[in-house]
Amino acid sequence: MKEFSYTITDPVGIHARPAGILVKEIKKYSSVVTVIKGEKSVNALKLMALMGMGIKQGDTVKVTVEGADEETAAAEIEAFFKANL
Amino acid sequence: MISIQGKGVSIGVAIGPLYYYRRVKSTIRRYEVEDKDAEWARFKEAQQKAIEQLGVLAEKAREEAGDEAALLFETHQLMAEDMEYEEAIEEAIKGSGLNAEAAVTDTAAQFADMFAAMDDAYFQARAADVKDVSDRIISVLTGAVSGGIDSPVPVILAADDLAPSETVQLDKGKILGFVTEGGSGSSHTAILARTMGIPAIIGVGDKLKAEYEGREVIIDGSNGNIVVDADEPTRERYEQKLEEQKKNRALLEELKGLSNETKDGQSIRVYCNIGSPDDVPAVLSNDGGGIGLFRSEFLYLNCDDYPSEDYQFEAYKKVLSDMEGKEVIIRTLDIGADKQIDYFDLPKEENPALGNRALRICLNRPEIFHTQIRALYRASAYGKLGIMFPMVTSVWEVKEARKMCDRVKEELDKEGIPYSDDVELGIMIETPAAAVMSDRLAKEVDFFSCGTNDLTQYTLACDRQNADLGRFFNPHHPAVLRLLKMVCDNAHKHGTWVGICGELGADLELTETFLSIGIDELSVSPRSVLPLRKKIRETNVADCKERLIADLLSDEITI
Repeated sequence: MKEFSYTITDPVGIHARPAGILVKEIKKYSSVVTVIKGEKSVNALKLMALMGMGIKQGDTVKVTVEGADEETAAAEIEAFFKANL
Repeated sequence: MISIQGKGVSIGVAIGPLYYYRRVKSTIRRYEVEDKDAEWARFKEAQQKAIEQLGVLAEKAREEAGDEAALLFETHQLMAEDMEYEEAIEEAIKGSGLNAEAAVTDTAAQFADMFAAMDDAYFQARAADVKDVSDRIISVLTGAVSGGIDSPVPVILAADDLAPSETVQLDKGKILGFVTEGGSGSSHTAILARTMGIPAIIGVGDKLKAEYEGREVIIDGSNGNIVVDADEPTRERYEQKLEEQKKNRALLEELKGLSNETKDGQSIRVYCNIGSPDDVPAVLSNDGGGIGLFRSEFLYLNCDDYPSEDYQFEAYKKVLSDMEGKEVIIRTLDIGADKQIDYFDLPKEENPALGNRALRICLNRPEIFHTQIRALYRASAYGKLGIMFPMVTSVWEVKEARKMCDRVKEELDKEGIPYSDDVELGIMIETPAAAVMSDRLAKEVDFFSCGTNDLTQYTLACDRQNADLGRFFNPHHPAVLRLLKMVCDNAHKHGTWVGICGELGADLELTETFLSIGIDELSVSPRSVLPLRKKIRETNVADCKERLIADLLSDEITI
């Protein structure tokens, strides 16, 4: 399992559109991606649940990536967070 | 070939494919399903269809405005197939045995609540996205279409009956004619058809079947005939009729620009009834002399909440300026009875026709009335305005309505907002009380306009929505005509002019009678202006006046 932490810089947080592109990005990999904020964690493929976490600018989230392609997936997804969120 | 007989309420012939109105139901049905797997499959199919629709919208957005614009629809696609959303729906269908529509509705509410409960305004607003996506799936499930018609070619529209709120949203360019199961000659579908100048047939009951959808239908509004899959000779006959109809229209065109004057020189004004600013071109192209009745209800029917003063002002101003100085009589809010609007929150009534409606609502809820009167006076600066109050029975009601006008004028004076100081004020004569009191009421107003549909209904104690009462609902009844004569005589004593804005105004069998009793104005659907002008120009009042009035007052009337 790979993991990284990231602090959201997008002023409106993980709202509908970025959450949408995030789900599209994650679908490229076979690994299970989990987003964790405080005590809550969700499978990042679950768009509504992800939006339901209400992740805002300044929130720090932990992301875990687990599966056959976790090496590449974790690196790519971390890059995606930095570029879009 | 299948022949069906209904009641023609708007003349003309139309040929085209039959299409059933797709109703957007405000409340969905909720029931338990027997075959849960089949219901689940039905949901999956609707979900796929919704995702496809969103894909089309995304592509369209991409072409018009780029990737960023497409993303919203793509996000909605993802929401539509979101795992948790889908799981919750699956649980409702397979676990609780709910039908798909109810399952989607419940799940949408659950997710919307989750978003709405979040402490951030942006996330709270996502509740709307969930609802939007869910509504799309429900629309696919119920087969509903926004605007009611989803067809590339114009159709003959079939429905059980159409509510006013539905007729205002129809895509009118797509309709060749109407056929309804229920309804009456005074129903909204009939009025709309006459305004649009297309045929309508009502009261066909269950004779028109859903399986005829898409098949070619001929309707003839002059005799109520409907033919499905006509054979060749029948089709030829109707095509000929269609051709004659066009020729007749051309003949009437020649009457454009001519006066509404009888052979012996008596003039009468011919105005039009309209229901929205979109009808103004029809008034002008048919050479209407003005607007005798502009039903302001459309403004209220088109909104989900009380229309603002500015919104109303813009609509009134548009009609007044488009009419280029010709008189425009706008009737204040006339809802209640058969025209209900949800946000007015009016309690259900046993007898809505005798209930809280029209001016009564305005006087009971002066804030609504105040907004409309202000919008009207502000618009008066842009043309020649008349304001008409509906459903009057007593002098005090008119005095109270006038008081509101005075209050508004005072306010506008103070605020320095311009308005016209020759706005005519009038009332509808549509209750027997108003007709009987017309000598007294004439002192209060500049004009009367007789609403013959309601006047007939109230005078004859006969529900105009009830198709079974057809032969009892007789607008030619001498009781109605005698009232009209009485109203004219009383009005003219006080210099008040009298119009007719009900359907009776266009009834050519009565034109001579109206001229004889001295009606000053007839307000009819735009399409009726030229046929009426033809009839007026052929009439010699001196020849018929004495006889017609004697007939009207005769003690030998047998009806």
